[in-house]
Amino acid sequence: MRFSVRKLSTRRRHRFAGALVLLLGLVVAGGAYAVVAPQPATAEQATARDVEAGRQLFEIGCASCHGLNAEGIVTQSGGNYGPSLIGVGAAAVDFQVGTGRMPMAQTAPQAPRKKVAYNDEEIKQLAAFVASLAPGPAIPGNEYTDIDAATEDDVREGGEIFRTNCTACHNAVGAGGAMPNGKYAPDIRDVEPIHIAEAMITGPQQMPGFSDEAMTPEEKRNVIAYIKSTNSQPGAGLGGGSLGPVVDGVFAWVIGMGALVLAAVWIGAHGTRVKKR
Amino acid sequence: MSDLDIRQTQGSNEPIPDPGLQEHQYRPQDVDESQARRTERQISAMFLIAAVLFIAFAVVYFAVEPEETIFGWSAQNTGFGFTLGGAMLLIGVGIIQWAKKLMGDHEIVEMRHSAASSAEDRTEALAVINTGVEESGIGRRPMIVRSLGLALGALGVPAVVMLRDLGPLPYGHTETVWKKGMRVVVDVTGRPIKPSDMRVGDLINAEPSVFFETDEDGNRVFHGTELMQAKAKAAVIVVRMRPEAITPKKGRENWGVDGILAYSKICTHVGCPISLWEQQTHHLLCPCHQSTFDLADNGKVVFGPAARPLPQLPLAVDSEGYLIATSDFPEIVAPSYPRLAHDQKKLDEQA
Repeated sequence: MRFSVRKLSTRRRHRFAGALVLLLGLVVAGGAYAVVAPQPATAEQATARDVEAGRQLFEIGCASCHGLNAEGIVTQSGGNYGPSLIGVGAAAVDFQVGTGRMPMAQTAPQAPRKKVAYNDEEIKQLAAFVASLAPGPAIPGNEYTDIDAATEDDVREGGEIFRTNCTACHNAVGAGGAMPNGKYAPDIRDVEPIHIAEAMITGPQQMPGFSDEAMTPEEKRNVIAYIKSTNSQPGAGLGGGSLGPVVDGVFAWVIGMGALVLAAVWIGAHGTRVKKR
Repeated sequence: MSDLDIRQTQGSNEPIPDPGLQEHQYRPQDVDESQARRTERQISAMFLIAAVLFIAFAVVYFAVEPEETIFGWSAQNTGFGFTLGGAMLLIGVGIIQWAKKLMGDHEIVEMRHSAASSAEDRTEALAVINTGVEESGIGRRPMIVRSLGLALGALGVPAVVMLRDLGPLPYGHTETVWKKGMRVVVDVTGRPIKPSDMRVGDLINAEPSVFFETDEDGNRVFHGTELMQAKAKAAVIVVRMRPEAITPKKGRENWGVDGILAYSKICTHVGCPISLWEQQTHHLLCPCHQSTFDLADNGKVVFGPAARPLPQLPLAVDSEGYLIATSDFPEIVAPSYPRLAHDQKKLDEQA
């Protein structure tokens, strides 16, 4: 098929182009109004609008692994491509997305903590959508995270609970530790109290959950207060999760001893001499 | 003829003559008395500063609070390090300066000589030993020597008995405090557990309720060393899995409650407490030697040096709806030891 230059020129503007420009203008104006317009007062409760916005975000960012209706995707071999999110609740979304673990960048033994991909509003919307699917744990309130209100006795009790339930994987001061097959218990020393509470409630990835019936919100708060209190104490040695001066010790032995030997040789080889008698 | 002798006789025939010692080179302190005095003052100053630092150590000890920090380290420990380390360093540097700059440093030749004592000394020493042997009668009275040997050998008997007494052997300790109807309660808080308190994937580190009970006088039934020893055998972990994920052995079908199972927390390898629970793989990992147990499959060992499955505690629900044990562990809770199979057989016969 051949086109002359003239023919192309006349067809350059589609007959619907005008309508399209009008539509685009309307969308832009409407969008700009939505940004500028005063926001309706939002209650703490998620609105239907949040759920709908969350659903749209979910379809774009999450559905490829978790399924269009968050029902999960099972691989041909019976494995788990992305688990079902029905009933995981808002707390799980706030933890996984709020710490950057979700969306995952690639398949891995474990979803690592990384840069958070969504803003607070979007996380709230995603959480509202997932929470709307089935009842599940809500985002924990102040009773879990108000660590300033914990007394010394509370912190002591939190320490006992922490050492019984958490240190096996997370180390005595929460520095984390290795697990089989490339997995690991993460360092929890600098994690936000709300995310620690959410992890205890929901049991993300391989971590077991600790229900509010077996470990009350107040006990969870005490555990968090304990973790934060140990972090304010001076550590023993550089790194190593307060296990002791292991790293420093290696340096002292290898670098320090070597330097001493070299210094001794240097001392033996040097000394000021004069020519005159 | 030794190597030394050969070299000595050949000395004058060396292809290159022995150049002898280099001419001695003097130090500034050797030729200039004012330099020497200056060095002396420097060294004395180091020793004096060291003395001050030792006293500063005591000041830090009493004046600095243990809670204070500096650069994120304990201020007290840092102070100790700087004062004590600094003083030791100054003493060391001072001694080296003294030796290198002031002490005599003329080259001295020390000739080799034989390391052996003189023939006279050696004869005398041998004579002393021979006299001793002769007079003690070791050669003539064998009975006394042999009986002494026996006595010294018998010294091993008390040693063995004492070593044997260092601690109780695991043999025969086949029971724990768990018994039929005893409630399974949350460790630390002592709260009883309802099956509805646990969701799939949850973990509870639990203990027998008897550890939280008091007698009529208000004293704990178990306390002190006794509590620690009983706890070391009775601690359990309670986990909830999907019931369809669990493949119970024959006879264990009703040991769980809606997917809730309880296992001993004591590794069957060398007895470390284990609670590293991977809720999705159903694997329980021991941090000491990486023994891994599949709790969905009767505590089977799936990795590591442990040689027998983790003992399981049979569970049920009492009339008030709380989790209870239906018996003690049917298997021995302990690190593995040589006669374990024998003890297990006896335990099975009792049951």
